Amino acid sequence: MSHRDDELGFSRRIFLVGAGAPVLAAAAGVGISTPLEAATSAPGLTSVGPQPVPVSLTVNGQRQELNIEPRVTLLDALRERLFLTGTKKGCGQGTCGACTVLVNGRRIDSCLTFAVMHENDEITTVEGLAKGDDLHPVQAAFLKHDGFQCGYCTPGQIVSSVGFLNEKRGLDEDTVREYMSGNICRCGAYPNIVKAIQEAGGRV
Amino acid sequence: MRPFAYARASSAAAAIAAVAPDASARYIAGGTNLVDLMVDVVETPQLVVDINALPFVSIERRTDVLHIGALARMSDVADDPTVRAMAPFISEALVASASAQLRNAATIGGNLMQRTRCAYFRDVSQPCNKRSPGSGCSALSGENRMHAILGASDACIATHASDLAVALMASDAIVRVRGLRDERAIPLAEFYLRPLGDPRIETALRHGELITGVDVPIAKALVNSAYLKVRDRSSYEFALVSVALALEVSNGTIRDVRLALGGVGTVPWRSAEAEKMLVGAAVSRAAFEHAAEIALAGAIGRGHNDFKIPLAKRAVVAALAKVTA
Repeated sequence: MSHRDDELGFSRRIFLVGAGAPVLAAAAGVGISTPLEAATSAPGLTSVGPQPVPVSLTVNGQRQELNIEPRVTLLDALRERLFLTGTKKGCGQGTCGACTVLVNGRRIDSCLTFAVMHENDEITTVEGLAKGDDLHPVQAAFLKHDGFQCGYCTPGQIVSSVGFLNEKRGLDEDTVREYMSGNICRCGAYPNIVKAIQEAGGRV
Repeated sequence: MRPFAYARASSAAAAIAAVAPDASARYIAGGTNLVDLMVDVVETPQLVVDINALPFVSIERRTDVLHIGALARMSDVADDPTVRAMAPFISEALVASASAQLRNAATIGGNLMQRTRCAYFRDVSQPCNKRSPGSGCSALSGENRMHAILGASDACIATHASDLAVALMASDAIVRVRGLRDERAIPLAEFYLRPLGDPRIETALRHGELITGVDVPIAKALVNSAYLKVRDRSSYEFALVSVALALEVSNGTIRDVRLALGGVGTVPWRSAEAEKMLVGAAVSRAAFEHAAEIALAGAIGRGHNDFKIPLAKRAVVAALAKVTA
């Protein structure tokens, strides 16, 4: 079988960096400025846990210091440690989208990722969308178009909508419905949710 | 979820060295499948190695192949203009997969390594040979509407859940992997293993080997390709049946054809026999109806999933209409 020179070159380089300067490799290779670096590790590897470890998260622009086990999901860290309960726990398995947050502007399900994996990321929850009393245009559009009934899925719908509009995919109904299919509304408020997104998309 | 130690790797060599000697250790990238299985205690790793800092993210043409890095996110690959131009069915298969949120997190390597959605596999209170060899297959006499009609055995009838792998199978894709001592290039056709002996063994990967990327050999047929997915709802649902079809036609005659089926097999299902019949044939509904019969010739229904046999045949014919439209 054939190897590509560039790939082999890369692996050798990384191996040499890792073998020659373990501490620098951990710091420069991963670029993390957190207490994780203090952990004992092999070259090129920084390991912690399973006991609680210091984890630093940036949520809605604020640096937050936590002491949590690696098994704590991002969702549980937000809700149960930082008391940001706007992000909802629905299914806990990536099926409903109630836990949607933005990580570096991209929407993901916070129930299917560990908080410890996000020390270098900018996390935005529904609490971070409004500026003081000024609602985010998507929030205002959901109110105007009655894009909810019971409200449980609404924070996830709104954050997912903001992520969708960041993606700039067009606002026709088919596109909105396809790319919002990861957010389930069991009250069936979909027609109004689509209208809200279409209107907000014209403004954002 | 069980407690585990977490490690971040800054090099592939370090990640592999950490995972290879520990049978319970797992790589994590997007985490969308692994975390879910850990919540259900189907996966109980004592060590989870985060590989997100590794540089396997490129999506680019490299001479005679389209290279897709193992850590490229599904959403980025789906939106990539080179992928859309050179093999549109890869993009279509990705957009038809999961949800926008999951596609933003999940990676190409992780997609290939995802586990079956068989409900018995995911329920540790139930017998399942894939989870606990020798305990039996609950799906054989249980709820098996979503299960496989091709490539199954009395040990396991779970379907492979990936859409991407179906399009890649039809593309003759090659999986590039790195181990403790060497690198290997494994044709996708040899990557997935049917549940003949121990259904826990699903791929040709050795424990600790890390997927670094996928190479798709450039071919004219792939430019004219489509992915058709038939499912219980119009978005965000696993396939009942899917078809990846690529076709090169000149003067009404099929010169090259790639046909693979999803949702029906224990592995992504390529039909070489149907392709052989189609090469040299004129493009016609009759030719594809014939090919569909050949592709499904060995299919075995288990009760609830009997409908998949005629459905898959019709989907093959419908995919032709989509590609030749």
